[in-house]
Amino acid sequence: MNTDERGTVKVHPGVVRVTHWINVVAIAIMIGSGWRIWNSSPIFDFSFPVAATIGGDPATSQDVHNELGLAGALQWHFAGMWLLVVNGLVYLVYGIWSGHFRHALFPVSPSAFLRDALAALTFRLPHRLGVYNAVQKALYLGVLLAGIVMVLTGLSIWKPGQFQELAFVFGGYDTARLIHFLGMSAIVLFLVVHIALVIIVPKTLPAMITGRAAAHAPEILQESAG
Amino acid sequence: MSAIKDSKDVLRQGAVRTIERRAFLKQGLSLGALTLLTGCDVTDQDSVQTALNAISRWNDRVQATLFSNRLVPTYPESAAVKDFRSNQYYGEDAVPKIEGSSFKLGLSGLIDNRKPWTLPELYALPQTSQVTRHVCVEGWSMIGKWTGVPFRTFLERIGADLSAKYVGFECADGYYSSIDMASALHPQTLLTFKISDEILAPKYGYPLKLRVPTKLGFKNPKWITAMYVTNRFSGGFWEDRGYNWFSGI
Repeated sequence: MNTDERGTVKVHPGVVRVTHWINVVAIAIMIGSGWRIWNSSPIFDFSFPVAATIGGDPATSQDVHNELGLAGALQWHFAGMWLLVVNGLVYLVYGIWSGHFRHALFPVSPSAFLRDALAALTFRLPHRLGVYNAVQKALYLGVLLAGIVMVLTGLSIWKPGQFQELAFVFGGYDTARLIHFLGMSAIVLFLVVHIALVIIVPKTLPAMITGRAAAHAPEILQESAG
Repeated sequence: MSAIKDSKDVLRQGAVRTIERRAFLKQGLSLGALTLLTGCDVTDQDSVQTALNAISRWNDRVQATLFSNRLVPTYPESAAVKDFRSNQYYGEDAVPKIEGSSFKLGLSGLIDNRKPWTLPELYALPQTSQVTRHVCVEGWSMIGKWTGVPFRTFLERIGADLSAKYVGFECADGYYSSIDMASALHPQTLLTFKISDEILAPKYGYPLKLRVPTKLGFKNPKWITAMYVTNRFSGGFWEDRGYNWFSGI
């Protein structure tokens, strides 16, 4: 990591930044349309606010179809899946091939996680751009895993016949559907924490856009030397 | 027969609503468009819908490629739900009530022998049963037992052109749908007469329902009165309203 003439260092590789923002769009499409699909036949006794869902004007659809716009939501969901999967594969292949995952997300030990979690809860954990603490590592690995589970359970629900072995692994169609919902819940929970932390540490936002951050914090340089 | 007349009225309203559907498509996806295209001209909504339809056609092709003659899972008879759920695009009290003694299944298109079939003639065909999962596009699913003639047997019997692309269906309630020939020839695709070992009740599609366990529920037409074989794409009731045409599972 080299400091340039403006005194900044590169903290996020270009591929990570581009795939991150494409993923923002993909996740917004998948969650927004997925919530409306949920509303057409909820597993549990609640519905998502229609205004927070994607899939066309609900009032018009209510008049025409006597439902709140399932067709549009499905169109978005099965279009968004391509964006999510293609973008996700680019990110995964890059992350493995470039060593980004190895450097940024590993190692993460339970003791380091506990140490950093305690420090974070007592507001003593410094945020170093481009260097993830153990809590971040665990959360990013967790949400990556949730994303993979979402794609696999999604395929199980989409094609419980053609991909019956996959559906079987997830306990059959109905259980796969439940896991798909729980995976969404985990991702939404992650997003709440993720966005809250960006609000608390605003300098992380421009860094994910430009890829660079001010190098005045000495720990960045120290860390990059190692 | 008045129920059929009622449902024809429903159909006429449906025709009017189909026109309104254009407005729906135009206004449709406004939320998504707003979410994604903030700052763009609202006319972009048309192009958004065009793009989504194009992706849905692409997904048809992907699903046709993924499709194989492998069997969907079957279940023990004890898993079959007796009081099966029935869905139609109107209230259950308006379902067609067809007189079996005068019923004839009309045939048209790329079929050698287009003589209409009576119920006794259909019932005389070799029958088989299956216990499979019906998966609804809404997300719910239900296991049921259906009995009828393998659709492939029937298509062969009438001399259908099995190299044609599509088989289409017209229903007594104005519903219509079409499926790809590969799915029509799948060994588990049945022209059914019974559910739960009993002749289909009116709400389950008496006298004829096509059971396509490789497709979502709305691709399983009920109250079939006519069918045709064609190379021309003819869509379907829900398919023309934005639902994916192939809808394989």
